[in-house]
Amino acid sequence: MRIKAQVAMVMHLDKCIGCHTCSVTCKNVWTNRPGTEYVWFNNVETRPGPGYPKEWENTDRYKGGWVLRNGQLHLRAGGPMAKLANIFYNPNMADLDDFYEPWTYDFEQLHKRGKGDSLPVARPKSMITGQFMDKPEWGPNWDDDLAGGSETVPMDPNVRKLQEHIAMEYEKTFMMYLPRICEHCLNPSCVASCPSGALYKRDEDGIVLVDQDACRGWRFCMNGCPYHKVYYNWNTHKAEKCNFCYPRTEAGLPTICSETCVGRIRYIGVVLYDADRVKAAASVEDPKELYEAQLSVFLDPFDPEVVEKAQEQGINYSWIQSAQESPIYKMAMKWKIALPLHPEYRTLPMVWYVPPLSPIMNHITNEQELSADGYIPAVDQMRIPMEYLASILAADDTKVIRRVLLKMAAMRSYMRFKTVGGMDQTKLNKLMQEAETTAEELEDMARLLAVAKYNERFVIPTGRREMKDDLHYKQGACSIEDLAPPEGMATYPFERSDAQ
Amino acid sequence: MEEVFWWIIFPYICGSILIVATFYRFVFRAKGWTAPSTEIFGKKWLRIASVIFHYGIIFAFIGHIMGVLIPIEVYESIGIDEHTYHIFAIIGGGAAGLMVVFGLIVMLLRKLSLPRVRTHTTFGDYFTILLLLIVAGLGTYMTLIYNTTVVAYEYRTSIGPWFRSLFTFNPLSELMLGVPVLFKIHVILAFVLFAAIPFTRLVHMFSFPLRYPTRAPQQYRARNGYNKNSR
Repeated sequence: MRIKAQVAMVMHLDKCIGCHTCSVTCKNVWTNRPGTEYVWFNNVETRPGPGYPKEWENTDRYKGGWVLRNGQLHLRAGGPMAKLANIFYNPNMADLDDFYEPWTYDFEQLHKRGKGDSLPVARPKSMITGQFMDKPEWGPNWDDDLAGGSETVPMDPNVRKLQEHIAMEYEKTFMMYLPRICEHCLNPSCVASCPSGALYKRDEDGIVLVDQDACRGWRFCMNGCPYHKVYYNWNTHKAEKCNFCYPRTEAGLPTICSETCVGRIRYIGVVLYDADRVKAAASVEDPKELYEAQLSVFLDPFDPEVVEKAQEQGINYSWIQSAQESPIYKMAMKWKIALPLHPEYRTLPMVWYVPPLSPIMNHITNEQELSADGYIPAVDQMRIPMEYLASILAADDTKVIRRVLLKMAAMRSYMRFKTVGGMDQTKLNKLMQEAETTAEELEDMARLLAVAKYNERFVIPTGRREMKDDLHYKQGACSIEDLAPPEGMATYPFERSDAQ
Repeated sequence: MEEVFWWIIFPYICGSILIVATFYRFVFRAKGWTAPSTEIFGKKWLRIASVIFHYGIIFAFIGHIMGVLIPIEVYESIGIDEHTYHIFAIIGGGAAGLMVVFGLIVMLLRKLSLPRVRTHTTFGDYFTILLLLIVAGLGTYMTLIYNTTVVAYEYRTSIGPWFRSLFTFNPLSELMLGVPVLFKIHVILAFVLFAAIPFTRLVHMFSFPLRYPTRAPQQYRARNGYNKNSR
């Protein structure tokens, strides 16, 4: 048993209002620099839709993640030898047309232009070439809130998979928001794709980072990551990615996207897992079993044997305590209401999603009078097709989605029964039985999902810097100051500091 | 005196710049050390240009090892006569040279014609491509045309031994006296190119990830001293 700690995130999609505050604060903190204008470490997509970059889930095109061949895990885009042979040109990588060409506006024109017959216009200007763009044709969240519906929705690879035709009439459409950051996977394919060995998983908290000194810009990580969450900075010619705001988490603070989340949909905590089980869990034959296999790598932080072994292996006790209080452990492992994004990529992603409930389709009348057990059939007829959610969160296994949605519906019914009353208890019990849950669990869930305060949502142990032996030497140094040139200024070559 | 400069002093200056500056950049300027790809700006023409150029230059490199670094005596001892050698050199070297020149021309056209790429092409990039184009063009011309129409020049008894003598610090500059002027220009410009390597995008040639196939797919790194027990 090789115990490792991993910081992880749960996003409760029911509460996401699609305001993009997470994206904007992340951008202002991390990618507000020349070379990364097109980069969003955090983005919020409206689904169904093509996503960012366009159709990132199309593994036939970008060849991200792992595939199982003869019981062995292989990178879909090809192993090391194939990569070395293809190193001069990456046929599967997305380019700026798949992301978008970033632009600004010629704002100066608005106050510089003299008197005239027409209103002054600030024309769009490319941030790549500096030239005016006559007509931007794609941009960040171009398809926000289903804009461009009948044109953009069919670009969603999950929609193409669905058996039934998705109706695009106004009354029948559905949508949901999907905020995405780097998954900080347990079996990251970007790390395995890097010819230079520049990408690595931090031993102490599992955050996946790019060593900016070692990266040589070979770009295989870009499409090696099936979530397309590693980006190429065209200014430094190196890869960059979400770093889980490690300077913040090391100080016990949540990532900036979580801190600023208006809907408070994000939860951060530590989980303990057995690194020796990861490979086997990623290699199970049936993609539908990957979710259960992934759950099997995590360790019970209350198990005395696990606690003892973890300490033996150098995990600080404050981290074990945090793992015991971890909201992630509760939602993803204990209650099993949070699901991994696209488990079929076999990367064992560590950002989990609670699937959204949606209005029940209109052929169920008198919704107010719907008895508790009425949810049992109704959960199959929600506005967001279960197949669609299953395609995103459960490797097409609708049973998993059904179980979670039932549990969420049971939680609502139970809390309504408790606070408002007027419900038939036997029918409620039937619903709870079908959802395989108890009143106690539902109350805990309701507490964490609805009213949990900052310290319950974010249980983040601080980085144990006191164990570092050169602390005195590092006094006053900032670990990120050589990551980027000063804002708005491109310098080359970049100054190197003594920071590691 | 001129011979001493061009065939002794100049090569050592270029070689020293190559070694010292490359070392300096690797150690103190690691954040700028990369293969500065422009694929993100657009894939147009890149597949054909980059792949053909790079494979061509690898073949050309192997060809130069065979022609310049391996002494003529080795070929004689294994029974490859001059005629056979030159036929192979003309065909193999010519093909490699044409690949390099073709790739470079398409890359140059790509840099000039795609606005996103052109905006971010620096003086160093044009300098590298043009210098490579001249050196490779001269080499291809000598291999394919000069060798077949003027004289099949036996560089293995002049340029080869002179080049090897640089490494033993006993440079035999007199060997270069009778070398045709085209060959001399090719050699001198090649040394300019060597000196330019550490200052341009060419450094990425030293980063070819040979260790990749043998390393573990997953990489873990701990902060120094974070966990004394972890590997």
